[in-house]
Amino acid sequence: MAEILDTFFNIEILLRVLPFMLEGLGMTLLLCAITIPIGLAGGLAVAWVWSLKKRYVNWALVVYVDFFRAFPPLVLLIFVYFGLPFVGLDLSPFAAVAIAFLLNASSYYGEIFRAGIESVPHGQWEAARASGLSRFQTMLYVVLPQATRNVLPDLIGNTLEVVKLTTIASVVALGELLHAARLAQSLVYNPTPIVAAALIYLAFLWPAVRLLRHFEHRHLVAR
Amino acid sequence: MDNGLERLVFAFFNAEIAAEWAPKILEGVWVTILVSLAVVATGLALGLALAALRAYRFRAVNAAIVAFVDILRALPPLVVIIILFFAFPYLDLPMSAFTATWLSLSLVLAAFAEEIWWAGILAVPRGQWEAARSTGLGFGATLGYVVLPQAVRMTVPPLVNRVIAVTKGTALGSVVALSEIVSQASSAASLAGNPTPLTLGAAAYLAIFVPVVVLGRWIETRFAWKR
Repeated sequence: MAEILDTFFNIEILLRVLPFMLEGLGMTLLLCAITIPIGLAGGLAVAWVWSLKKRYVNWALVVYVDFFRAFPPLVLLIFVYFGLPFVGLDLSPFAAVAIAFLLNASSYYGEIFRAGIESVPHGQWEAARASGLSRFQTMLYVVLPQATRNVLPDLIGNTLEVVKLTTIASVVALGELLHAARLAQSLVYNPTPIVAAALIYLAFLWPAVRLLRHFEHRHLVAR
Repeated sequence: MDNGLERLVFAFFNAEIAAEWAPKILEGVWVTILVSLAVVATGLALGLALAALRAYRFRAVNAAIVAFVDILRALPPLVVIIILFFAFPYLDLPMSAFTATWLSLSLVLAAFAEEIWWAGILAVPRGQWEAARSTGLGFGATLGYVVLPQAVRMTVPPLVNRVIAVTKGTALGSVVALSEIVSQASSAASLAGNPTPLTLGAAAYLAIFVPVVVLGRWIETRFAWKR
């Protein structure tokens, strides 16, 4: 037991690598602070354009959404980061991650917002339009607030996935939490940094999983 | 402009390089398909077993199942893969890249599947339990022949989405040097000094997953009437 503790949770090593890991955590938080709003805004834009019901535009949107849902995010990131320099577009790892996440997350968020907008009864549109609101105002003040409420569990669930996905940034050598942990592990030749990183992820994401469970069960009872 | 287009075609759609490296990518395709099928089989089986076990409502067992599910839903799959691959050898339990990827993704899929199927079991009306028990079926028989078939049917759409999401995660195996599509394509790209193999790899993913996503959309509408 003591041996296992010494290998996987060596306090001495933990204290030594902690400042380095906290830097990684900072980068992970920064990544989240950028990728989540980008994804949400992109998804909202997709759903909004879709709600205009222009037939050919919507076909293009279905292709866009299905394309990026079928594409593993890691492949997308590698394509953007290692592929684009060949045509003279040199991107920083950070910019590559931002672009890959915009494309990937916006298609998932778009699909969720679309379902939300569809779930708002048509009478809401008509009533709002009849009261003199423009299309834009109807969407912004009447439909979207209800739509967002209806799909809130899915939005939280997808946001959780986006946060978990930031770990792939380690592949393009962006110094986020997992990258820092792996580097530290190979330097001290001990798995404590990886275990610590897992615990940090758990500490941040477990409350979100709990919240999600609460929503799911309420949803079941409501039905 | 013409020059730029030529450069783009030369870089990403270079027929000569594509022909040279296609066999290597194809090898990766088989590995990806093999890992994906293995993950779906073990992940779904373990998830179903856990959901059925949870229906017996042993308090301690259920607490353990909930903890397992919560942890694997909260941990990024890449972190799970890296723990199995880089940390377990310290316990004298070294794993091949294939085993680490397969086991990690199976556990993640099992956690999500358990949660989805448990929600399905709860959604089967109580009357079904009572009617089945009153016809003389035991608890296990009621669960296996009456409740689970209905629960599984009800939960097909969310399950399909989750299966797609987790099998796409096989790409993460490239981080531990599993010779699947991504790692074959990126090593080919650096050997060839040209990103065309990456294009091939991307095309391979689309060839595998676009039919699955389309099939998923179809299954969703096919089972929609049930609700």
